[in-house]
Amino acid sequence: MTQPLVELADVTYGYGAEAVLEHIDIAVGAGEFVGIVGPSGAGKTTALRVIAGSVQPANGRVERRAGLRMAYVPQVETINWSFPVTVRECVLMARVGGARKLPWASRAERTEVMEVLARLDIDELADRHIRELSGGQQQRVFIARALLGEPDLLLMDEPTSGVDVRLRHELLHLLDDLHARGLAIVLTTHDLNGIAAHLPRVVCLNRTVIGDGVPAEVLTEDVLERTYGASMEVLIHGGMPVVVDNFRHHAPHGPAHEHAHAHDHAHAHEHDHAHPHPHETQARA
Amino acid sequence: MIDELLRPFDFEFFRNGLLVATIAGALCGAIGVYVVLKGMSYIGHGLSHAIFGGFAASALLGVNFLLGAGAWGIASALMVNTVTRRRVIGSDAAIGVITTASFALGLVLFALFGRQGTNFDAALFGSILGVGTDDVLAILFVSLLAGALIFFRYRALLFTTFDPEVADVAGVNTARIDAMLTVVLACSILATMQVLGVTLIAAVLVIPAAIARMLTNSFARMLQLAAGLGAVCGFVGMNLSYHLDIQSGPAIVLVAATVFAIVFVATGITGRRRAAGLVAAAGRS
Repeated sequence: MTQPLVELADVTYGYGAEAVLEHIDIAVGAGEFVGIVGPSGAGKTTALRVIAGSVQPANGRVERRAGLRMAYVPQVETINWSFPVTVRECVLMARVGGARKLPWASRAERTEVMEVLARLDIDELADRHIRELSGGQQQRVFIARALLGEPDLLLMDEPTSGVDVRLRHELLHLLDDLHARGLAIVLTTHDLNGIAAHLPRVVCLNRTVIGDGVPAEVLTEDVLERTYGASMEVLIHGGMPVVVDNFRHHAPHGPAHEHAHAHDHAHAHEHDHAHPHPHETQARA
Repeated sequence: MIDELLRPFDFEFFRNGLLVATIAGALCGAIGVYVVLKGMSYIGHGLSHAIFGGFAASALLGVNFLLGAGAWGIASALMVNTVTRRRVIGSDAAIGVITTASFALGLVLFALFGRQGTNFDAALFGSILGVGTDDVLAILFVSLLAGALIFFRYRALLFTTFDPEVADVAGVNTARIDAMLTVVLACSILATMQVLGVTLIAAVLVIPAAIARMLTNSFARMLQLAAGLGAVCGFVGMNLSYHLDIQSGPAIVLVAATVFAIVFVATGITGRRRAAGLVAAAGRS
């Protein structure tokens, strides 16, 4: 790899005495598309913040390529949707670091804003308040704000949190398109099958890096069990790993559960890890 | 009728008071937008009380009021800002501890050493009788300071108020922006105290911003509206104060509250939904 955009070496970070990240090593190269997965409280958002530079690690080294431009798209749950900003005002915030200090946008800035909105197919919403948009449109506004800053590296915290299957597909296509144009992307996600399995590189994190590589190599039963502390079954569907939650295997014993347990095993055996039952795949898709 | 309305303009103290009240209304209206949207409405109330401690100390020590109380107020404001940014306790608790302690100190000083050379009631509730040229110059200076901050740091202020973490990643020095806003807020309260009084300053920070929020979804328009509404309320309230022979602070606040009630009813559900965001912002602080 040429010089990475960002490199975290032996990074440890904690809130107070409690370590959230321990001895993390992650390097992100130009044009990479990386998904960080892990359970709640695993330190995914903190890792993203360390990469972004909004928090400083207690120990370890964070190196960013000189002149690196980063943009951060926060979790939608953290956005104040009642804040009085229109789509145009929101996107224009990305121009905060420019030479122009005047409150109003220049003609060139207005054109740039409209161009990036058009690129994301939300140019007709420029004068709408951010709360008056659908979930997918809201996500696009914040991606538009990030893109207006012309970043080399786009950081996204749980971009598919709370969105339905159609919006998730739209978002994944959009990010794939941006990645194809050379933008490096690092995102965190809970969605193993819907997002992580589709990415070129996945990092499994639970305080420390447990797996890092292509999904077929990383999304294995062993790595996932060590990451999530729960048993998961991994099936291969169309060459891609499909993670199936084995919660029934851990259910309390009883007549009904025993039946379910046996039924589940029958399915697993029937599909031989190659063709998952449609319901199983869909449930996690 | 017209002669009666214009009669107070014959008096210099009234002209000074009217000028201060109108400019202070615009100033507090504009600053109040940031205060309210950051969910720190309580800070206006707290800082005015904190400055009262400095007011008492400077009156008793014979130190220039603007310098003594100003230094005291700015120190309190920066302490609140520092404690809040550490995120150990919320901003409301930080304001409660620091500013009420300062207010209590002011009360103790007055109780122990009397009311030498200072009108206790005027400090608490405001009075136009004591408004002199110094006060006019002070409010003009603070307004220029606040105007310059809002004009030249508009983009950074907006980004920091809306989304401080992402603003930080985008290169905005959010700590410095917060500190500058807090200092300007303390100066605004100081320069306004003579007319509005300690107990009522919070109202002129919060009410115009809340009215403006009900009327628009655009940040830029909210800022303009809040400043305009604040100025109108200051002007009308000060005139009512003279004609009804009541204290200036309560008159201005009641005018603002009346406008709030009218707009609240007139804008119906739409306005209330917009203003509900201010409650949400307060809840996050």
